[in-house]
Amino acid sequence: MSRHTLSVLVENKPGVLTRVAGLFARRAFNIHSLAVGPTEHDDISRITVVVDVEDNPLEQVTKQLNKLVHVLKIVELDQPTSVRRELMLVKVRADGANRTGVLEVVELFRAKVVDVVPDAVTVEATGNPEKLAALLAALEPYGVREIVKSGTLAIGRGSRSITDRALERVARTA
Amino acid sequence: MVQGTPPAAARPGVPTPAALAGAPKPAPAATSGPRGRVAAAPRTSGGAAVSTEQVTGAQSIVRSLEEIGVETIFGIPGGAILPLYDPLMDSARLRHILVRHEQGGGHAASGYAHATGKVGVTMATSGPGATNLVTPIADANIDSIPMVAITGQVAESLIGTDGFQEADIVGITMPITKHNYLVTDPAEIPRVLAEAFHIASTGRPGPVLVDIAKSAMQAATTFSWPQELQLPGYHPVTKPHTKQIKEAARLLAGARRPVLYVGGGTVRANASPELRRLADVSGAAVVTTLMARGVLPDTHPQNLGMPGMHGTVPAVAALQKADLVVALGARFDDRVTGQLSTFAPHATIVHADVDPAEIGKNRAVDVPIVGDMKEVLGDLVPELEREHAAHGKPDLAAWWHQIDDWRETYPLGFTEPTDGHLSPHAVIQRLGQLARPESIFVAGVGQHQMWAAQFIRYEHPRTWINSGGLGTMGFAVPAAMGAKVGQPDRDVWAVDGDGCFQMTNQELATCTINDIPIKVALINNSSLGMVRQWQSLFYDNRYSNTDLHTGRGTQRVPDFVKLADAYGAEGIRVEHASDVDAAIKRANEIDDRPVVVDFNVSRDAMVWPMVAAGVSNDEIQYARGISPAWDRED
Repeated sequence: MSRHTLSVLVENKPGVLTRVAGLFARRAFNIHSLAVGPTEHDDISRITVVVDVEDNPLEQVTKQLNKLVHVLKIVELDQPTSVRRELMLVKVRADGANRTGVLEVVELFRAKVVDVVPDAVTVEATGNPEKLAALLAALEPYGVREIVKSGTLAIGRGSRSITDRALERVARTA
Repeated sequence: MVQGTPPAAARPGVPTPAALAGAPKPAPAATSGPRGRVAAAPRTSGGAAVSTEQVTGAQSIVRSLEEIGVETIFGIPGGAILPLYDPLMDSARLRHILVRHEQGGGHAASGYAHATGKVGVTMATSGPGATNLVTPIADANIDSIPMVAITGQVAESLIGTDGFQEADIVGITMPITKHNYLVTDPAEIPRVLAEAFHIASTGRPGPVLVDIAKSAMQAATTFSWPQELQLPGYHPVTKPHTKQIKEAARLLAGARRPVLYVGGGTVRANASPELRRLADVSGAAVVTTLMARGVLPDTHPQNLGMPGMHGTVPAVAALQKADLVVALGARFDDRVTGQLSTFAPHATIVHADVDPAEIGKNRAVDVPIVGDMKEVLGDLVPELEREHAAHGKPDLAAWWHQIDDWRETYPLGFTEPTDGHLSPHAVIQRLGQLARPESIFVAGVGQHQMWAAQFIRYEHPRTWINSGGLGTMGFAVPAAMGAKVGQPDRDVWAVDGDGCFQMTNQELATCTINDIPIKVALINNSSLGMVRQWQSLFYDNRYSNTDLHTGRGTQRVPDFVKLADAYGAEGIRVEHASDVDAAIKRANEIDDRPVVVDFNVSRDAMVWPMVAAGVSNDEIQYARGISPAWDRED
């Protein structure tokens, strides 16, 4: 089993996410995380999906996704050639006695405190999945009370844009 | 382009998306045409000016279907689709056949599509009407049948409120359609319908559902034609890569034990002539799957018949011993491969299919070829001839010697039952022998289906129609009705079981009223025969809930002859072997009403050969307890 990050460009139409998620479910593919949002073009949305699969099933995932009529393009973004980021909000127990320790950890990871009450702080952090895991491990001893994380977002390094070609297609039919 | 009369691209100079998509990632230079922006030209004209009419949404649906070239619709009205049925009444170009159950309408559309290659069309109302279509849609999806289902939906303001007869049919059918639509804006109707027919009929064919809100049917709108398709993400690959074709030809020319494993994709692509050419040129053994029976004539000397769970011993054995398997529009289904890890263990695999996702899905592939079977075979034959010219033809004499030995030792056969009832095998065999040329046989699902696939000799594509992938009991009667509508000049026999027949026989009413004289051969063994066979073999003869009490010596509930009579059909009962031929001949002569022949057959007859579920094809049993001695020559 290995983890793969796919960027899926789709037409911005109702039900597209359901089609993609449904396909994963019925083909028994395992989604680790999923993030959806608009792109620089109104007609295109981008789904970043992280899946845990072997290489051969990964090819199946890609081929099955490609069969969805609203899917425009699929690109696998591998670690060395892409930037991956997640956003995490985490509520940590922090009273007078240990608040300094918590803030030190926050500082070390270049995270931010976004809310403070007498017995807790809420920390906002972005980074790749490994960094966020390390931050969580460092905060764990103080008492983590609540975590919320976004799915992974990923973009290729360099000047090339994966939306260019897909854009051409959509523009022609617009 | 696969088949049928899709709406797209009759216009000169406007390439179809299929024609444009020569490769998975075409260079920008190759896309000078308007990719994914193809005008859906009316059938009748080439490049006519756009016509515009002020209409209601319902009229817009009728006009769109007329322009697309639809001839026949199988449907049944209800509240949410009522607005559509009003203008439908006035259409001179659309024939609507009122079915008795939506499932019948769906399977009829399938049978029509199977028999003609055109897109089958079915209509139903919202809620229960739409959910009754789920089975035929799933059936069409897994057997790649081009179909468009149009359903009425509650008014837009009611969607999501659990309104009367509301069901989220787009959500329900998402996993079992090639694509589906919910239309609430009447302006979208012509484009969506044009797209639906295009998607259903191109690439790997399949069902497309269009759910249209009642409010959209009632609203005023503009109908214009032709329509531009907006499908930027849809471009099926039909033209195979030259490099892969060359490699396949090289392997075929060098193989010593080659087998062409031919599936339903060759039928869908109308590739029968090209397949025959490849068989003749290559000299390879050919096996035709359940979905492909008839695509190569059974009289062709290289045709070994059907592979798989109930395949012939020569077909199964040839695959197990092959050094090269060329899969053509087949999908390595578990009913063909048996235990996957031991399937065709010595073979290099060439896999050609129009759907890239099928390639490598079940079996690792050495040479993948994505393309329409007509194009793949059209390219492969000359390439193979070039190989032969350069390197000579391979010597396949030893291979054929071995195959002929299997054919001689393990021909298809059966033993006469000893209980005084008819032999189902013999009845079905006689049906085939006494049928007029190019008669169409449509089966339900179960023992009778397997016997009909085994014991009728098929000489033409589209003369054998059945539910292969989904295994839908009740398929035969409505699908035969659809086939007969599509091919009115040919005899259409539904070969059905007493279990299957009781699921959908209400469509006999549709047949009688609409002058669709199908013939039904009821292989009545008074039980759910295939389930009973498995209970005999694997459940210690404990016949749990498989007795249907319809046969000779039982209560006969229902009495199928009386039932036929009640439906205005001719009912004939056959209990003795000496009456079989006369009954079939009489049925063949009746052409003014449906016929139901109730053949009372033995319930102990079994389907052989058989590979038990999940075991290796090497374990095939020729008959109960008899396994071929594979390696006696080794």
